[in-house]
Amino acid sequence: MTILNRMGLAALSLALTTSVAFAQTEVTWWHAMGGELGTKLEEIVAGYNASQSDYVVTPVYKGSYAETMTAAIAAFRAGEQPDIVQVFEVGTGTMMAAKGAVYPVYQLMADMGADFDPADYLPTVVGYYTDTEGNMLSMPFNSSTPIFYYNKTAFEKAGLDPNTPPATWEDLEAYSKQIIESGAATCGFTTGWISWAQLENLSAWHNQPIGTKENGFGGFDAELTVNGPLQVKHWENLKRWQDEGIFQYGGPGGGADAPAKFYTGECAMYMNSSASRAGVLENAADFEVGFGMLPHYADTPAQNSIIGGATLWVLQGSEEAEYKGVADFFTYLSSPEVQADWHQYSGYLPITQAAYDLGIEQGYYEANPGSDVAIKQMTLNPPTENSKGLRFGNYVQIRDVIDQEFQALLSGDKDAQQALDDLVSRGNQLLRDFEAANQ
Amino acid sequence: MDTKRTVFPSQGLPYLLVAPQIIITLIFFIWPAGQAVKSSFEREDPFGLATSFVGLSHYVRLFQDPAYLASIGRTAVFALAVTVISMGLALILAVAVNRLIRSATTYSTLLLWPYAVSPVVAGILWWFLFNSSTGILPYMLSFFGVDWNHQLNGTHAMILIIVAASWKQISYNFLFFLAGMQSVPQSLNEAAAIDGAGPFKRFWTIVFPLLSPTTFFLLIVNLNYTMFDTFGVIDATTTGGPNQATNILVYKVYTDGYIGLNLGSSSAQSVILMLFVIALTVIQFRYVERRVQY
Repeated sequence: MTILNRMGLAALSLALTTSVAFAQTEVTWWHAMGGELGTKLEEIVAGYNASQSDYVVTPVYKGSYAETMTAAIAAFRAGEQPDIVQVFEVGTGTMMAAKGAVYPVYQLMADMGADFDPADYLPTVVGYYTDTEGNMLSMPFNSSTPIFYYNKTAFEKAGLDPNTPPATWEDLEAYSKQIIESGAATCGFTTGWISWAQLENLSAWHNQPIGTKENGFGGFDAELTVNGPLQVKHWENLKRWQDEGIFQYGGPGGGADAPAKFYTGECAMYMNSSASRAGVLENAADFEVGFGMLPHYADTPAQNSIIGGATLWVLQGSEEAEYKGVADFFTYLSSPEVQADWHQYSGYLPITQAAYDLGIEQGYYEANPGSDVAIKQMTLNPPTENSKGLRFGNYVQIRDVIDQEFQALLSGDKDAQQALDDLVSRGNQLLRDFEAANQ
Repeated sequence: MDTKRTVFPSQGLPYLLVAPQIIITLIFFIWPAGQAVKSSFEREDPFGLATSFVGLSHYVRLFQDPAYLASIGRTAVFALAVTVISMGLALILAVAVNRLIRSATTYSTLLLWPYAVSPVVAGILWWFLFNSSTGILPYMLSFFGVDWNHQLNGTHAMILIIVAASWKQISYNFLFFLAGMQSVPQSLNEAAAIDGAGPFKRFWTIVFPLLSPTTFFLLIVNLNYTMFDTFGVIDATTTGGPNQATNILVYKVYTDGYIGLNLGSSSAQSVILMLFVIALTVIQFRYVERRVQY
């Protein structure tokens, strides 16, 4: 594809008989950002293309995260891969295992002589994407973490302090009851992402392991351990809260029905990605929105939350000139101005300390309450083995298993212990398959 | 049959004439199917960097997996329900329309519309109607004491996809039944009427037997439709949930292969699915066709 493009470019420049034949190297970037985020992404790329004349980055929207990743893999098998592909965090294990297919970012930056210091990046963000030796394998682009949203107007109506979100799950239960009894809302809370928010982040937030081998960072032979007492207690509570009308389920995956339950005022509290902030503010027309950190159980102090989102992976098989372009583009993308702009627009986390500092300097966080909850929650404590992130193969399917077992719990087919035990044994089977396929 | 044989002037011409069809079949069916069979015996990482031969282990694993066996059962329920409902309703509608004289065309046109709707749109449409918080059907069902929740109740989810998939297929079946009925000689019906046979008797002894080629054709087409083409309906409504209650074979092939990138197992599943459909079609031609009166 790139050869064809270049031939086209050469033909064009010959036809125009200008002196700038082969002037620009084209770098292709497959991404999964639709809608407003896609427009913003194209704006960033246009800014880069205008800033220099050696390279042209061409962004191509390839659909959902899963579609983009599958498309890139299929293209790689056919020898037609893009230079850069955006891959969601659960695809990290698969990408990392594909040693001959990816060009690790730290190596790319060194080979191309780019100005690159891993220490500039926020450890809690890049930690998810570094190998055990601390080398950064992919370039973080859009990372977020689940945070807590609440309906201040409903809090006020129920006689609660609208400026104090519940700090613990015990508070959350009590507040919910008060809200429902007062008629301020018909349901206490709902949540997006059962897997990400109510299991993975729940574990990290309480400093409990998600799996062995440092949540899978230490090797492919890791096993899941999410059937511990804390997780069982939480899922038991969610089931009970559902039966009592305190909690409403928003569906599998991202929880497609959850946002509407919060926007319409049906549920007074809501947990979802920090990148949902713009959407929440836009849709919550009839009430004032408050922001807070995720609740924790009173007997366990909060640790730090973990991220989700996507990073940019560089694929092998292109020419050096293109990789030079990729390195140059990544340097631009990490610059404080570009990062701060993207972070402030989208609600995704800034990936460098400098971008966060720039936001503080600009007074952005003061002017936009709630916009720094995510970063504060991520950096609440130095990450432990349990709260650095997770890295498991076949994790896309394991996420499905989590949803399935949660549905079995809510429909009353299984109790919490049984659902989580089954989740662990089915998940481990998928992990063993991945291990066997990647030896 | 000899009367139908055409004699070609040259030996090569017939082969040349069928060549385009053969080539298309080879490229778009035989070759990919062969690839699927090949990769069903292999374990491979998604990027195709390392491939190892694992024999029948994907197949063995599938038939030991309770989730897969359950999926076969669900597919059978789904396929039978959709086929019976969509063919049954289509037949009733065709009989009704066939009795009309002036308004038949209008009704036919209206009844054909759903067929023009893509499976995804049909799925979304029913998803809206059945949405537990905003849909009208759960609201009406609540008066009958039904607490509709297809997000957690597997039976409700199955009913939803059966309704959506059948609704879309009724138009197609209707068209064929109507055409079939119009080719039933009116003289037979009239003769039977003179002999004193009522409308019901006439339908069962004359029209229905004469429709059997159409019915047989539709049976095969509908079973294939439910096995393969209902993917869009499921993807747009339940995505196989809740807790795999609507994860029929073809959808499982997609999730394991396309989303999960487990190419070996996904290939093995498509081979099994292919064998099911081949077997069903053979059974139909061998045993059901004998009772068909052309």
